[in-house]
Parts: sequence; C-alpha cells; structure tokens
Amino acid sequence: MIPTWAQLVYLGCAVGFILALKGLSGPRTARVGNLVGAGAAVVAVATPFFYLDLDHLPLILAAIAVGSLVGVLGAQRVQMTQMPQLVALFNGVGGGAAALVALLELEHMGSFTTDFDVVATAFTIVVGSVSFAGSVVTFAKLQELMTSRPVVPPGLPVAFVAGLLATVVLTVLVVREPAVSTGVVLAAVGLVLGVLLVLPVGGADVPIVISLLNAFTGLTVAAGGYVLGNVVLLVAGTLVGASGTFLTLLMARAMGRSVANILFGALRGGSTLGAGEASDRPVRSAGPEDVAILLGYAERVIIVPGYGLAVAQAQHTLRELVDVLLARGARVDYAIHPVAGRMPGHMNVLLAEAQVPYDQLVEMDDINGEFKQTDVVLVVGANDVVNPAAKTTPGAPIYGMPILDVDEARQVVFLKRSMRPGFAGIENELLFDPRTTLLFGDAKDSLAKVLSAVKSL
Amino acid sequence: MSDPVVWLTIFVLSVFVGIEVIAKVSSTLHTPLMSGANAIHGVILLGAVIVTGTTDSSVALVVGLVAIVLAAINMVGGFVVTDRMLTMFTRKRERP
Repeated sequence: MIPTWAQLVYLGCAVGFILALKGLSGPRTARVGNLVGAGAAVVAVATPFFYLDLDHLPLILAAIAVGSLVGVLGAQRVQMTQMPQLVALFNGVGGGAAALVALLELEHMGSFTTDFDVVATAFTIVVGSVSFAGSVVTFAKLQELMTSRPVVPPGLPVAFVAGLLATVVLTVLVVREPAVSTGVVLAAVGLVLGVLLVLPVGGADVPIVISLLNAFTGLTVAAGGYVLGNVVLLVAGTLVGASGTFLTLLMARAMGRSVANILFGALRGGSTLGAGEASDRPVRSAGPEDVAILLGYAERVIIVPGYGLAVAQAQHTLRELVDVLLARGARVDYAIHPVAGRMPGHMNVLLAEAQVPYDQLVEMDDINGEFKQTDVVLVVGANDVVNPAAKTTPGAPIYGMPILDVDEARQVVFLKRSMRPGFAGIENELLFDPRTTLLFGDAKDSLAKVLSAVKSL
Repeated sequence: MSDPVVWLTIFVLSVFVGIEVIAKVSSTLHTPLMSGANAIHGVILLGAVIVTGTTDSSVALVVGLVAIVLAAINMVGGFVVTDRMLTMFTRKRERP
C-alpha cells in the first residue's frame, strides 16, 4: 500500500508534468516548463526510496547513475543536426524500459489478478516493443545507416496483419495463464511489428513517425502505471500519449500529409516515384563569382536554408554573407519551411545557434507571397521543400506538402553538393529551369568563396 | 484506488488535459515540445525501480537493472537535450 503522503507527492508531480507541457508550448515559458518537468520527474523517482524497503539498493543506484551518465553525455555531445535521431533513440529506450517492467510484473501475476490488469500488461509489452524497434529503425534511417527511402519487402501487408492477429491470440493466452514465456513471445512479435511499421515510411515523413512513437511510449507508460497502481505514471504517460498524438496530427497537417497515408501509403505502392539516382540531364552551373554578381546587385534576396547547410556547418558563413548583402543595401530574409532540417522547428534551432537575428527568420506562410517580387533566391542545401512536384505531380511522395514557392522568383541559385535528389528521393524539376543557376560544392566552401567575391565587387 | 473506474476517470481526464495544454503551440516549438514530452515518459524509471527493488529472482534483477538504465537514459538525457535546444531559443530572443 502506498502511504498517503507519497500519494500526495505523486499528485504534486502529476500537476508538475501538466505545468511542464503547458510551459513547453509557449516560447517564453518553455525553458522553465522543461525544468519544472525535470524537477517533478526527479521527485517522483525519489519517492519510493522513502516508503518502500527496496532490495538491491546499491545496484539500483548504480544503474540509475550509469543511465543518467549515458543520457547526459549523449545529450551534450550530439550535434544539433543529429538531434532528431537522438530524440528517437531516447524514446525507443523508454519504450523498451516500459516493456521490460511489464514483463517483470507478469511474473507476480496469479489467479488473483483481474483480466483487465493482464490485458494492460500485454498492451505495455507489445506497444513498448513496437516503440523500441520502430525507434531503432527511425534512427537508422535518419543516421543514414540504411536507405531513407521507403522499404517495402514483398508480403509486408500480410506479415503485418499476421503480426496483429498473433498479438491478439497471445494476449488471450496470457490472460488465461499469465506466463512470462508468453510475454517474451509477445515482446518478440512487438519488435517485428515495430520494424514492419517504420520500414515503409519515406525519409521526409520520419519526423512524424518519431512523434507518433513518442505518443505510443506515453500510452505504454500509462498502462504500466495502471498495472503498478501508480497514479503519477498513469497521468504522465496519458499526458504524453494524448499530447503526442495531437502533436503528430499538427505536424502532419503542417506538412500537408495524413498520418494514415504516411504509415500505409507505401504499402499501396506508387509512392516511390523517382529512381533516387543522380540525373545526367543538362543543368546550368556557374562559379562563385557569377553567383556573387547575381547576389551583389539584387535588391531583394531570400535565403532558403536546408539540412545541407547544417551538415556543412555553414550557418556562420551564411550569416556573414547576409550581413554583407544587408550592408550593400539589399533586403534579405530567411524563408523557413516548417519542416526544414529534419523536424518541425529544427532549422530555427540551427540558425539560432549561429546567432541569426530572430526577425530575419520568416515562416513559410508569411513569405510565400513575396517570391514573385524577389530578384534572387539562394537555396542552400535544401531540395524537397522547394520542389514544385509537391504542387504539380500527383503521385509524388511529397505531393500535397506545402512548399516554398521559390519557382516564382526571377532567379534561383542552388548551392548543392551533387545532383543527388533530396531526402524524399525524387528529382526536382526546378533544377533544370532556365532561371536556375547551380553552384556545386560543399556549402561552407561555396559560401566562403561567394562571400569573398561579393566583398571585392 | 483499486477500482478500475477510478483509473479510467483519471485516464480520460488526463487525455483532455494533455490535448488542451498544448493546443496553441507554434510550429517553431514542435521539436522541443516533442523532446520534452519524450523526457516526461522517462518517469517509467519509477516503475523500473519499484519492480527491481521488490524482486528476489536473479534473472528478474538483471532485467530490472537493464530497464532502469534504459529509463534513466530516456529521462535524464531527454530533459538535458531539451534544455540545450531551449537555451538557443532564449539567447536568440534576448538579442536586441
């Protein structure tokens, strides 16, 4: 039995989590919100040490220390460009932990346990495993350990349905007799389902899947809280499950995609347009001096930063170039696509790191009307978010995604490493447009050359 | 508190609260919000500690310790990386 004082502490922590989420959704309160959440979590975890006579105390404390150390090192060492992967991985291990806790709970269950408790335990095991395996595949896709394009092995839909049926049958079995061995099989099926769920998702949609898996882990923790009879786990898990699901829908809407389409679109086939190979069609490429002349005499310039900019660590050089152009009297803004980078809001984080003033970052809806009056658009390491195929080619994986209307500008300059297509794996017709100029090379290198050429104009 | 209906009540109310508190988030904050929510479900560490501390089988002990390590990574790492993201937003906003 949990003593009353501990129940009250748990209630306080649950309120803390609500305030944390509330804080995180506003720009001024976000940092405080996160700290409130961290504080509530630490208090919640410390509480059982005071009312339970826990065995294996030294080992438990050591395990907490090891996990915390790994977490802190990971969080501090990671490049901002690789953050989405890290969030995916953190989410995955959380799901894995929940599944393991549920497996251990299964061991204590006997005839006195209600069926509903066992079903909740089975749910935790399966969904936790799905979240773990799915997050690992997401990580592999983002880290480019495997192809980021949709992978659809033959028979995938059949295998997926078979897996779902297997979980139902196994859940019935485990309710009739709560055996740990059945739980382990459930976990294995969950792992397979997690892999099958994420494999067919194309690279550009991966952020939405991370958010969905995050919600899954939340629900897993909620179910685990019910089984353990712990109210703070129930509330925290449910909050994350509900807000995570809602956030997933918000993100999908920002990208003009439906969640069902993202998860199951590739299964229906036809969404993997484009070969993903470098094209050998003719393009107009130029040297840094030509680009410098275009930029140096333009009155209105818009910069479209993409993931390639971040990979090349060229944010600082880009800001210098913009400063020089501003000094020459041009109007310059950055056009930020909602999913520029790898996640919604990711590009804002990256440019903030390079100390680009906030008022120069303009969101898509506010800047799209201005491209018609723009002399030069400089696209640095972005591709899919300016691909007109999203408007013109039904059947393209990105069709329907809102894009920056760069194709309406008078001149477009692309800084690109190669003719390789973007993350979505499709060709960009804009590259072959007569108004488009390409400057090949590493973004940082190219920007530095353009910068010195502009200075000497 | 063992009545499932009480738990169901808490669950349903929490769903509404969870949606309501983030309903007005701007797209700029999607990433930190996701990351912060991700850290919050790391509180499963609490569950991992309880089941590990109350077991007497050695297999269960090992599994429980693994769960503790994983959950601690989720919780501690999650809050730290969210804070790191948000520091950049703060610095940016303080610029004249």
